[in-house]
Amino acid sequence: MNGPILDLVGIWTVILAVGVFFYVLLDGFDLGVGMLYGLTRNSAHRAIIMNSIAPVWDGNETWLILGGLALLAAFPLAFAIIIPALYFPILVMLLALVFRGVAFEFRFRDKAHLGFWDNGFFWGSAFATFSQGIVLGAFVQGFQVTGRQFSGGPLDCLTPFSLLTGFGLMAGYALLGAGWLLLKTEGELQEWARLEGRRALILVVLAIAVVSLWTPWAEPGIAARWFSWPDIVFLAPVPLVTAALAAGTWVTLGQRRDAVPFALSIGLFLMSYLGLAISLWPFIVPFRYTLWQAASSESTQAFLLVGTLFLLPVILLYTGWSYWVFRGKVRADAGYH
Amino acid sequence: MTLDPVLLSRLQFVWVVAWHIILPAFTVGLASYIAMLEALHFWTRKPVYLAVSTFWTRIFAVSFGMGVVSGIIMPFQFGTNWSRFADATADVVGPLFAYEGLTAFFLEAAFLGVLLFGRKLVPAWAHVFAALMVASGTLFSSFWILAVNSWMQTPAGYTVVDGRFLPADWTAIVFTASLPYRLAHVVSGFYVTTAFVVLGVGAYTYRAGKFPAEGRLMLRMALGFLAVMVPLQMVLGDLHGLNTLAHQPAKLAAMEGLWEGGEGVPASLFAIPDQAAETNHLDIEIPKLGSLYLTHDWNGKVQGLKDFPPENRPPVIVVYFAFRIMVGCGLLMLAIVVLGWFLVWRRRLLESRWYLTLVQWTVPIGFVAVLAGWTTTEVGRQPWTVYGLLRTADSVTPSLTGLDVLVSLLGYMVVYLLVYPTGLGFMRRIVLTGPVPHDPEADTAIESGRPAGPVIALPQGGQS
Repeated sequence: MNGPILDLVGIWTVILAVGVFFYVLLDGFDLGVGMLYGLTRNSAHRAIIMNSIAPVWDGNETWLILGGLALLAAFPLAFAIIIPALYFPILVMLLALVFRGVAFEFRFRDKAHLGFWDNGFFWGSAFATFSQGIVLGAFVQGFQVTGRQFSGGPLDCLTPFSLLTGFGLMAGYALLGAGWLLLKTEGELQEWARLEGRRALILVVLAIAVVSLWTPWAEPGIAARWFSWPDIVFLAPVPLVTAALAAGTWVTLGQRRDAVPFALSIGLFLMSYLGLAISLWPFIVPFRYTLWQAASSESTQAFLLVGTLFLLPVILLYTGWSYWVFRGKVRADAGYH
Repeated sequence: MTLDPVLLSRLQFVWVVAWHIILPAFTVGLASYIAMLEALHFWTRKPVYLAVSTFWTRIFAVSFGMGVVSGIIMPFQFGTNWSRFADATADVVGPLFAYEGLTAFFLEAAFLGVLLFGRKLVPAWAHVFAALMVASGTLFSSFWILAVNSWMQTPAGYTVVDGRFLPADWTAIVFTASLPYRLAHVVSGFYVTTAFVVLGVGAYTYRAGKFPAEGRLMLRMALGFLAVMVPLQMVLGDLHGLNTLAHQPAKLAAMEGLWEGGEGVPASLFAIPDQAAETNHLDIEIPKLGSLYLTHDWNGKVQGLKDFPPENRPPVIVVYFAFRIMVGCGLLMLAIVVLGWFLVWRRRLLESRWYLTLVQWTVPIGFVAVLAGWTTTEVGRQPWTVYGLLRTADSVTPSLTGLDVLVSLLGYMVVYLLVYPTGLGFMRRIVLTGPVPHDPEADTAIESGRPAGPVIALPQGGQS
C-alpha cells in the first residue's frame, strides 16, 4: 500500500496521533477543571473556575470530532471495529458531554435549578472522563474481531484494567485542570489548585506505574517490545523521563510557579502517550489490524491530506488567537465594575 | 415482539438527527443575520442595530451550545450503530465529513468565543469579522454535510471493490447530481426558518411596547427578506423536485402517492396510501396536473411505484404526508408574506394587531417545514442508505442486539427531553425580556481579559 514517494499512512498516523493528543490535552484540562469544580463549595471560586474555560471549551471539544472523523476517513476499518466495540462507554461519554456542555449556558439562566446544572457540569465532566479512560483501557487490551467487524459483547470493554484506566484518566485530567487553574487564577483559589494538583499527581503516578507493569505482564508482545535487547536501551529513557517529569511536577506544584506545573504535566501526558504508542505499534486495532491494513485507499488519504495540510495550520493560528484574546488571570469580581 | 436492532437504530438516528437539525435550521440563518447586523452597526453606528444584534446573540449562544453538543453525537452514530455503512462508504464520504470538521467546526468554535465574550477585548472590526467567520462556518458545514447526504442520494464517482465503495473521481463524488439543488433548497429553507422566527419575535417586541424601534427593525428586515426568499424557495423546491424525478423516481412516486405510472399522470390532493394493497384510499386527484408540475408538460411521462419491485419502495404513507406538510407550510408562508406586504402597502402593518398576533403564532412554521422536508427526502431514500446500492438493513452494526439499542435510545430520549425544553424555555425568557442593553442574567462582555460570562449572576457577584 505504500506509495513510492510519500508514505501517506505514515503521515496520517502522525496527524491522527497529534489530533488525539491535542484533544486529550485541551479537553483534558477543561474536563479536569469541570471535575475540580465539583470539589469546591465556594461559589466565588466556582465562578472563576467556570469562567476560566467558558470561551475555549467548545473549540477544545471540536478536537474530539476531528479525531473521530480523521479515524473514519483515514482508517475506516478501525473506526468500524472500535466504535461499535465501545458502544456503551461512548454513549455515556456523549450524554455526559451534553450535560456538561449545556451547563455553561444553563446554570446561570436557571437559578431555580442551579444545583442541578452544577451537578450536571461536575458529573458530566467526571463521567465523560471516566468513559474515555474505559475507552483507552479497552483499546489497549484489544477487541474480539471476526473479519472486518467487532464480534464480542457490549460489556467486554468493562474489565479491571479498563476500570483502572478510567480512574487513572480522571486523576490525569484533574492534574491538567489544576495546572490550568494555576495559570488562570491567583490567591486562595490558586493555593487550593496546587493542593488538588498534588493529590491528583499521586494518583496519576500510581496509575502509570500499575499500567506500565500490567500491560507487559498481560501481553507478551508488549513485554518483548520493552525488555528485549537492545530495545531496552533505546526505550529506557521513556520511563526515566516520565519519572523525572512526575518529580518535577510535584516540586513545582509546591513552589510559586504559575506555568511550569502545567507544562510539566503536559510532558507527563506526552510520555505516557508515547509509552502506549510504543507498546501498541504498529496496530490501530490492537493485535489484529495494523495501521496499513486498516488504512483507507491511497486516493482517499491523498484527497484529505491536501486540504488538511493547508487547514490545520490555519486552525492552529486562529485557535491560538482566540486563546490570546482571553489571556491573563480570571477574576470573578472584575467584570462587574 | 422481538427487538429489531435495525428498526431501533433507525429510530435512534431519527431521534438524534431530528433534534439536531432544528438547531442548524435556526443557527445557520441566525449567524448570517447577526453578522449582517454587526456589519450594519459598524458602518452606520446606529445603536438600534447593536441592540438587536446583542439580543439575538444571546439567543444564539443558547441554541449554538445545544447545537454543538447534539452535533458531537452525530458522527459517532455512524460508528456505534451503522458500522457496516461506515466500513463500506468511508473511503468515499469519510473525507467529506472530515472537511466539515476542518473547515467549519473549528472556525465556528474559535470565533464564537470572541463573538460572545470579546466585544470589549478586540477592535470593532475584529468583532464584526468574528461574526462573519461564525456565519461562514455554518455555511461551510452545510455544504459538506449536504455533499455527504447528496452522495448517499445520488452516488457517483466511485467503484465497488469487495462490497466497498472506493473513490474514482473526487469532483464527481463531491458535486453529485443532487447537490446543487439540495444545497440551495436546504440553506434557503434555513434562512426562511430563521426569518419567520425574527418576524414573530419582532412582532412580539413591537407589541410589548418597551422596544418599539427594535421590534420595527426586526419586522421590516424579516418581511423584506422573506418577500424575496419565500418565492425563491418555492422555485428551488420545484427544481429539486425535477432533479428527484430524474435521479430517484421511486422517491418521487412516493411523494405523489402515484402507483400507476404513465403519461399525463394526475396530481393527488389527498389520499391514504396503502403499501400492502398497492393503492390509495379516499383519492382526490386532478387529472394531468401531476405531469404538468413534475415534468412541466401536460403529457409528461412519470414512473409509478408499481414500476419498482415492492422491496425497493420507500414507506409511501410517510413520504406522501411529509411532502404535503412541507408544501402546505410553504403555501402558508407565501400567504403570510403577501398579506404582510399588502398591509405595508396600505400603511397598516404596525396597527394590524391581528397580523402581528398571526406571525407570532407562525414562529415555528419553518421548523415544521424543514423537518417535513427532511423526512420526505430521507424516508424517500429508503430502503437504501446509498441509493440503489447499499440497503439500510445491511448497514447496521452486526454486533448490536435490540436491547443494546433500546437502552441507548432511551438514554438519548431522556437527555434530549430534559435539555431541549429547558433551552427553549431560556430562549423564550430572553425574548420576553426583550432587547435590553444588558442581559439581566449575564453580562457577556469581558473586560480586561476576564470572561465575566456565564457565571456573573452569582448571589455575591451582584448585577451589572
